[in-house]
Amino acid sequence: MKYRRLAIANSDDLLFGSAPKPLVTRQGLRLGGGLVYPELNFTLPTMEVTAATMPTVVRHYQEIIKDALRRATELEAPGVVIEFETLPPMTANPAFGLEIVQILLAGMEEARRQYGLRTVLRMTPNDNREFARPPVMRSGEHWERMLELFEGSARAGAELLSIESVGGKELHDEALMNCDLGQVIFALCVLGVRDMEFLWKQLAVIARRHGVICAGDTACGFGNTAMVLAEQKMIPRVFAAVVRAVTAVRTLVAYEHGAVGPGKDCAYENPYLKAITGYPVAMEGKTSACAHFSPLGNIAAAYADTWSNESVQNVRLLAGMAPTCYMEQLIYDCRLMNRALDDGKTAALALRRWLVDSDAGLDPQAWVLTPENVFEIAQAIVGASDYYQAGIAAARCAVTLLRTGYSEGRLKIAKRELGFLDSMAAQLDELPSDEAVFIGRQMSLADPAKYLPGEYGLRVA
Amino acid sequence: MTTLEQLSQAVAAGKSKDAKALTQRALDEGAQPGDLVDQALVPAMAAVGEKFKNNEIFVPEMLIAARAMKEAMNVLEPRLLAAGITPKYTALIGTVQGDLHDIGKNLVAVMWKGANLRVIDLGTNVVPAKFVAAIQEFRPQLVGLSALLTTTMPAMGETVRAIRASGCPPVKIMVGGAPISQQFADEIGADGYAPDAASAADKAKTLAGVV
Repeated sequence: MKYRRLAIANSDDLLFGSAPKPLVTRQGLRLGGGLVYPELNFTLPTMEVTAATMPTVVRHYQEIIKDALRRATELEAPGVVIEFETLPPMTANPAFGLEIVQILLAGMEEARRQYGLRTVLRMTPNDNREFARPPVMRSGEHWERMLELFEGSARAGAELLSIESVGGKELHDEALMNCDLGQVIFALCVLGVRDMEFLWKQLAVIARRHGVICAGDTACGFGNTAMVLAEQKMIPRVFAAVVRAVTAVRTLVAYEHGAVGPGKDCAYENPYLKAITGYPVAMEGKTSACAHFSPLGNIAAAYADTWSNESVQNVRLLAGMAPTCYMEQLIYDCRLMNRALDDGKTAALALRRWLVDSDAGLDPQAWVLTPENVFEIAQAIVGASDYYQAGIAAARCAVTLLRTGYSEGRLKIAKRELGFLDSMAAQLDELPSDEAVFIGRQMSLADPAKYLPGEYGLRVA
Repeated sequence: MTTLEQLSQAVAAGKSKDAKALTQRALDEGAQPGDLVDQALVPAMAAVGEKFKNNEIFVPEMLIAARAMKEAMNVLEPRLLAAGITPKYTALIGTVQGDLHDIGKNLVAVMWKGANLRVIDLGTNVVPAKFVAAIQEFRPQLVGLSALLTTTMPAMGETVRAIRASGCPPVKIMVGGAPISQQFADEIGADGYAPDAASAADKAKTLAGVV
């Protein structure tokens, strides 16, 4: 592990709009440099993406970018991050994805020329590798087409490269359903980490070749799956909270191989990564309810350098098309945070406190994201000897913080969830100290039909 | 407490070893294999499903019970087969083409098995032709289609149309998934919709004709 200590030494410095290592884009957006920028993401209404429907698809994206950026100009946004996260057919057929990249870049250039609006495009190809079952992670058509889309997008001018990578997810879903912390750590900190190392080395090569930026990854398919399952009362919220802490270990690997932020919006583990790396992060919260529910609506904003809506369908609302409406909401959210920053550190910290305190005591998943607890967990991660130990340390720290918060009466935990704190602690106590022993144990437990150890550089005994 | 009652309790509590031992003891005492299923295992899983539906337990606790039932069934199945007893109702389930999400689908499959349906899981990213072929092969009373993405909802409609147009034996089609609604189910001609895994078992039993 590269990071051995925290980049942010004081929890008061862990704040929205401010990162020790800000990122300056080609058009001069200074992410993490004193302003929070809106980051808009959007998707199609219910429809298929095929060669036959591409003319309609194109019209949707033309409409979205034109209308949303016009509204951003009218509201005097200081700059805008646009994220294009592809749908599976757009990665499977890179020509589809690249056509939309060109449309978005043309719309952004038109907004710059016409209104002087500064923008940057984050390109997030959908990770289709899991379409093969078991997933083939390092070769094959899904891998090659995904890289082709990254390459073409970077060449075209998409400046920020991101992904929601899926390495390890094929075992993680079942681990969640069984509240199996050992398998969670195996999926995230053994399989996930190895896939991230392989993947981000390749993305760094592409980024260097085209002079663009490796922004970051997210454990969305892991932590947010847990969050949604908890929201649906399928798994305990305390378990989802502990999973969130562990996801930071996996996502950190992108930064060890060239990512410099802003980390992906749906990575609610980003506060830990901001503390560890000092790079700016995207966050999403209340203004992403169009995409999914969460108990983190306000607290997520406490750390945002860009503030995102996650994704919204291009459908008509009363005020206008949904992406334009969400652009407006994001801009107002950002205005408030930027106004607080303008008034100085004391004012900004007051707003941060309100953002944090309004969520923290109501849900274990928010509790592990308070500035103090972010520091505790981030410190546990960088203090560990390897990724496996970091996963254990993050989980153990999160369990302890939840227990303490509950026992002090500062955190609500439903009674039927309390037993899971004990069972998680017991599971952690049973894990071997040696990673090789752990890997052998988990490989003997995992369904061999579900994953290919060789795709993660693991040997079958 | 009778052995059957003890077995039912062991399954509901997720005690696999006890469930296996009690199943054997009940058989040794002369209980009929079919009675063990109908009077102990299915009621136990129904009670577990009810607790889950009422937010009294989580999925992991339900899965532990399902594993205990499986242990009991492993003991019973040879006897059931020998007696020519098979589940009366068969259900197919799968996630539609273009969609890889399977957490919800897997949960529904667990609930259906708990209701003593024979469940054939076709997996994820299932093309319409595969559903049709499986219907012809297994002749189920029920087919469950799952989708999580708005962009794969059209594939659900295509699958329903393909099944209806195929000349397959009559089958009820049930749909579900985060973006799916009763209105959408009606639009594509599905016979039923369930908003969550817990209610999917009740709906399936109604559609398949169990109740």
